Amino acid sequence: MSQSDFILETKELTKVFGGLVANSAVSIGFKEREAHAIIGPNGAGKSTFVNLLTGHLPPSGGQILFKGANIAGLAAHKVTRLGIGRSYQKTNIFPSFSCFENCRLAAQSRLASSMKFFRSASSYKAVSEQAEHALEAAGLTGRSGRVAGTMSYGEQRQLEIAMVLATAPQVLVLDEPLAGMGKEESEHMVGLLRDLARRYTLILVEHDMDAVFAIAQTLSVMVNGTLLESGPLDQIRSSKAVQDAYLGDGAEAY
Amino acid sequence: MTLHLPKRLAIVLVVLLAALALFPLWGKLVFAAKFAFLMQKLTGIMILAILAMSLDLLVGVAGLVSLGHAAFFGLGGYVLAMMSPQYEAANLWVVLPAALAVCALASLVVGYLSIRTSGIYFIMVTLAFGQMGYYFFNDSKAAGGSDGAYIYVKPTVEAFGITVLDLEQKLTFFYVALGVLVGVYALLRMLLASPFGRVLGAIGVNEYRVQGLGFNPMVYKLVAFTIAGTLAGLGGFLAATQYGFVSPAMLGWHQSGHVLVMVILGGMGTLFGPVLGAFILELAHFAFESMTDHWLLPMGAMVIAIVLLLPKGVAGLLLQWSKGKGAGE
Repeated sequence: MSQSDFILETKELTKVFGGLVANSAVSIGFKEREAHAIIGPNGAGKSTFVNLLTGHLPPSGGQILFKGANIAGLAAHKVTRLGIGRSYQKTNIFPSFSCFENCRLAAQSRLASSMKFFRSASSYKAVSEQAEHALEAAGLTGRSGRVAGTMSYGEQRQLEIAMVLATAPQVLVLDEPLAGMGKEESEHMVGLLRDLARRYTLILVEHDMDAVFAIAQTLSVMVNGTLLESGPLDQIRSSKAVQDAYLGDGAEAY
Repeated sequence: MTLHLPKRLAIVLVVLLAALALFPLWGKLVFAAKFAFLMQKLTGIMILAILAMSLDLLVGVAGLVSLGHAAFFGLGGYVLAMMSPQYEAANLWVVLPAALAVCALASLVVGYLSIRTSGIYFIMVTLAFGQMGYYFFNDSKAAGGSDGAYIYVKPTVEAFGITVLDLEQKLTFFYVALGVLVGVYALLRMLLASPFGRVLGAIGVNEYRVQGLGFNPMVYKLVAFTIAGTLAGLGGFLAATQYGFVSPAMLGWHQSGHVLVMVILGGMGTLFGPVLGAFILELAHFAFESMTDHWLLPMGAMVIAIVLLLPKGVAGLLLQWSKGKGAGE
């Protein structure tokens, strides 16, 4: 075990696109079983940070420590196998597959190898069970037979979460899970995320501040590719620097 | 990707298959003088259907549009031609595995170099490799150059000095082709239902997400490319056996495009669709050709009509029909 109290930690993580520094020496630690939200205005580098964290982009510099081991530069499919699952800002599912098959495929990714040619995929009982559990946990029980692309937008977002859960992750990285949702759908999703926060380490990128305050215990604020401040909810709420940079001058009330 | 066939559709396909299997019985009565020709024609179509199914694994399932698939078809035929002794029959148990091994190796190498690209670039790269194969056999003296090469005696299967399978017999060869067609279909169905096939199908729908789930899409695509290339080689081996002749045209982009049309007309990702596509395209070709010298015109019109009216091919129409009926009852 590492001496660090963090399950996942970035050290001086940097990403440069040509002349643009999208992430500049970002160091954030994520504690186990903590709901940690990353907020910041558009263009602050949050999505880049998520892509770096999950191997979807290779970093230009710095370290990503997962349980003490540096995983920076590891390809996305290897990162997720370590137990860091992510959902996507834009719904990213298999629309022509059934809801269940979406999750079954996600669960199948936890087999030691999927280079199996002879047995029917449906005959792997443990995989199917894991998929069922994930659908249930994401509140999609009874939807398993539906073609994913024909479900409502909110349900597709739930499926997105269910697919991550089906990969049996330890850390959930959720990129704007509430994006584009209506009020009712949002409330439903917030309930779901609060529930998940009790069982998983949650890293949440979100614009909806009501949701962030309802779910997260820790906040990190990013501005212009750098980490402005990181700390418990109350500390960030009362931070002058954060208020100036992001939350406005206090005239707007939530 | 279609995993389960609706019952009605399955019945239709079994009836069609039975009609084909019994053709040597009823064809003789119905077509009389043309029977021998039609037997040869149908055997040839079945072989093309094997090639079309193998391409469907790439195009329809994994979303890899290859314009060089015929290269492996031709290669399978050329291995047979080059390994056959001039005046004796080659041993099938030697030449067939050899042809498959060569095609597997060739498709592994070509696949390794081309799957890094996608979309239009993948089409260009596979086209280039296909044409390389074409010119290799066209310009080298190794196997007859542009004249092609003959296989004077067909390979035999012998056990204890007795000929078990005589491929010179038209009827025997017809059933061998039918058996391989059904066998390859069953093999590919099994593959599609397996964990490997599910991942491959998912790559065809959303490759980015597949990687996000923890699969390395490149590995799956490469294995699929190798399987498809090997099965194409099996088809080419049969084609060379049937005609007793191989030529560079077997490998060319014209042939690749022709098979691609079969896959698209028949219905991508359905396996049985490309088989139907092969029969429709080839039989229409035969029918139009016997009616007019300008057969390419009605042929083109038919292709355009099917593509416009049936965006999911003939198989899409059949699937819709069988599901619609099933739901209505």
